[in-house]
Amino acid sequence: MPKQEVSLSINGEQRMVVIRFADTLLEVLRGKLGLTGAKPGCNNGDCGACTVLIDTCPYKACIMLAVETVGHEITTVEGLHSTPIQQAFADCYAFQCGYCTPGFIMNAHALLQQHRVIDEYTIREWLESNICRCTSYEEIGEAVRTAARLRDARTAPSLDTSVDTQQRRDL
Amino acid sequence: MSEAFSPWNMAHFSTNGSETTVVGHSVGRKDTSLKVTGHAKYTDDEIESDMLHAALLTSPHAHARILSMDRRRALQAPGVRAVLFGTDCPNHTGDPLADRPILAIDTVRYAGEPVAIVIADEFHQAAAALASIDVVYAPLPVVQSPKAAYEPNAPLLHPDVHTYRRNRAEANPIPGTNIATHVPIRKGHPDDVWASCDVIAEVEVSFPQAHHAYMETPAIIAEIDPDGEMHITTSTQSPFTIPSLIHETFDVNPSQVRVHVPFVGGGFGGKSSPYLEPLVVAASKAVGGRKVKLRCEREHAMQTLPCHIGLEAKVRLGAKRDGRFVAVDITYWFDGGAYADRAVIVTRAAVQDCTGPYRIPHVRCDGFCMYTNHPPATAYRGFGHPEETFVIERAVDVLARQLHLDPLEIRRLNAIRTGDSTPTQTLLTGGRVGNVPGCIDHLKKLMEWDGRAVRREGSRIIAKGMCCSWKTSSTPPNASSGAIVRVNEDSTVTLLSGVVEIGQGTKTALAQMVAEVFAMSVDRVHVVLEVDTKEEPEHWKTVASRGTLLAGNAAVRAAIDAVRQLQETAAIVFQCRPSDVRISNGVASCAHEEKAIPIGDFKNGYAFPDGRSVGRMVIGRGSYTIEDVTPLDPETGRGSPGPEWTVAAQGVEIEYRPADCTYRVLRAFSVIDAGKVIHPALALGQVKGAMNMGLSLASREGYVYSGRGVVTNPQFRVYPIHRYGDQPEYHVVFLETPDEHAPWGLRGLGEHGLIGMPAALASALSNALGVDVNEMPMTSELLWRIQTGG
Repeated sequence: MPKQEVSLSINGEQRMVVIRFADTLLEVLRGKLGLTGAKPGCNNGDCGACTVLIDTCPYKACIMLAVETVGHEITTVEGLHSTPIQQAFADCYAFQCGYCTPGFIMNAHALLQQHRVIDEYTIREWLESNICRCTSYEEIGEAVRTAARLRDARTAPSLDTSVDTQQRRDL
Repeated sequence: MSEAFSPWNMAHFSTNGSETTVVGHSVGRKDTSLKVTGHAKYTDDEIESDMLHAALLTSPHAHARILSMDRRRALQAPGVRAVLFGTDCPNHTGDPLADRPILAIDTVRYAGEPVAIVIADEFHQAAAALASIDVVYAPLPVVQSPKAAYEPNAPLLHPDVHTYRRNRAEANPIPGTNIATHVPIRKGHPDDVWASCDVIAEVEVSFPQAHHAYMETPAIIAEIDPDGEMHITTSTQSPFTIPSLIHETFDVNPSQVRVHVPFVGGGFGGKSSPYLEPLVVAASKAVGGRKVKLRCEREHAMQTLPCHIGLEAKVRLGAKRDGRFVAVDITYWFDGGAYADRAVIVTRAAVQDCTGPYRIPHVRCDGFCMYTNHPPATAYRGFGHPEETFVIERAVDVLARQLHLDPLEIRRLNAIRTGDSTPTQTLLTGGRVGNVPGCIDHLKKLMEWDGRAVRREGSRIIAKGMCCSWKTSSTPPNASSGAIVRVNEDSTVTLLSGVVEIGQGTKTALAQMVAEVFAMSVDRVHVVLEVDTKEEPEHWKTVASRGTLLAGNAAVRAAIDAVRQLQETAAIVFQCRPSDVRISNGVASCAHEEKAIPIGDFKNGYAFPDGRSVGRMVIGRGSYTIEDVTPLDPETGRGSPGPEWTVAAQGVEIEYRPADCTYRVLRAFSVIDAGKVIHPALALGQVKGAMNMGLSLASREGYVYSGRGVVTNPQFRVYPIHRYGDQPEYHVVFLETPDEHAPWGLRGLGEHGLIGMPAALASALSNALGVDVNEMPMTSELLWRIQTGG
């Protein structure tokens, strides 16, 4: 099978990598770039442990080909630093074994980026794409609510609520 | 206890008598930063350029003869380095019964059984080459249920069972049958007292096997050094059992096997018995000892690896008119699958606690672990206890209804107490059993129980159900743990322990215990989160909710030993008695001296300014071997299966819609006697997480086998475990009745949130339907069948 060198934009860096067209993004991130935060929990799009951001949207890296991401901005958990959601996962004991945690954090991080006001319905709609077997999920829900408060505390002065109204209508 | 250690009365190790400053408080988990940044490394995260990759070929048939196998085409495939068949490595493995070839030879006994392994440069090359292996099978009759396996004319799955190597204390197969083990209980006069019972409840119960659903599917890396040392990196709960298993399987010296365990992405019992490790060692041998990695896909984890045990059971419970239990007769036919693995021990665990936490004078119980053509079964959170609880609690509910008694009151009336004995005739003295009536009383308040199990709200029925549960450890009599505490230059300390961090947070709890002994902040206690069997002291297994008991005792003893060494050296420096030296907040001090000295200054003995030195390097040692455990008598079951029993009372409240047989769990309740809560947030997280797992298991999980015995739902999209939003509200209360053997009196609680959930849900649904629900999973389809006879 032919291979090709491509340039991927990952966590703000340009990374040159030789891939097969059949390689999934998850295989390339883990096997060729050493970014093992995204996990192969099912390799079938069912569990969400491999969730990464493509531009600003969460995607399951196990069912996306690496070639599809050329020209897009990829963010993995390694690209997050001291974000509200990471702090909240720590404060709320929202993880145990930690295997699903990067996927949940990326998904919730995108949720927090896209929605200024987050209600229970929205949390459920976003987070039901990921599976955690250790916690009761109550801790993860609490982490998302806590992260929203942390985020608002950091950004409150320049908050523009009109965006939020628009996005809520889109749901 | 041999060496008296009672942290709560060692005044100079805690600031305020029995008051604790670290133990009993929620502190940050030691694995937090690594886990929220994606830097926590699990086995499959080890990726090296010289590593070869393996892929498994598994049987599509549940039972078949292998007529021929041909690997010639596969060996020609790109990147392939070797293809192994069972005949290349005809070694049998399995603990306690070596009934399983590491690759099938002549016969396959379950769909998913490993038949061949391909080793190639890249994983995709190994996977592609699987299609080039030609295997011809001749299907054989399939045994689909444990009761069918018990029939006298059933096909024999292991005609040579009597020739297998086994641990005679733990596995008791009956040649000429499909019985992998039989465990009996005979207590009192179980055959003579039935006539004296005023009422008898009879119930039959069943559920299929299920998946642990650890999020990390197991991965194993094996490599053999030129000097013969085997390095195995694996996702396991039991690293210290692997050297002996490899020794028995390959006849190598156990000390030549080194096992490394990075973070483990959940276990729940599914990683407690080594399963594919011998196969990956064989794969490495086939390529000259090079490093070979095998990672199981989810489908393999569900079809090939050991699962939650299935069960068919019948129970007969007799009582007096006032509700007092007189006798019970239980038969379990466990679906142990094609190879016995730990299923035989699960069977024993269920049998030994078969009455639940109730006082029943006359007990007959027979547990049969049956061979079937299903995947093998192993430990699962609760280890036989969710299963025995489901069985006995269904009978208790039926009996209460027959007697028109409040189901809560009949449980309180029969609750086991100090002075009673268990089915194995273990006398429950001192603190060996928790407070069952206390748990029931708290449950009554927590779930606002007023004697009414059902109320209608329009088209909906709101129903409550409850149960009591208990569990002991089922550990072998010599289960042990060791610990080492080192003092560092910066006056911090480092704890080494062989407990595996599978998410339960044991190493954080151990750090709290060490910090308490040193009377300092837990931030000054480092723990090594990974385990290497040649570096950390042995810890039996990270199972049975006993990590904090075994490793906790060892860690506390190691910390006390280190403090004693510090005191001895400091006493020379201060010119006082060692007992007058106080170690706290990272310094040594003495009432006669104004100056306090950082404990780091004593790390390698103490050096005076003039160059003289006294004392020596501080290395605290501690170890603990479980106490009060004895083997069970093979005919009566008399013996002591564990040091103590954690008890609980649990309940659920559901909303049922008869129109379409759907329901939702609204609230779930657990009152658990934890002995002592070391870390409130972690304890709560363990219990709530276990309750969530138990409700998911009970309501929607179970293997669906085809008519040919193949698991047809081996993916999360067709095996729909709880997702975010499926969870009810969780309400948890802890009681604290200390266990005198354990640090600060703690009891195991990692499994107990799960144990009663299936029984409580069945109780609530039975109340809602007005018909008994005695099967799992309790899907709407099952309820529809029960309600309509469909």
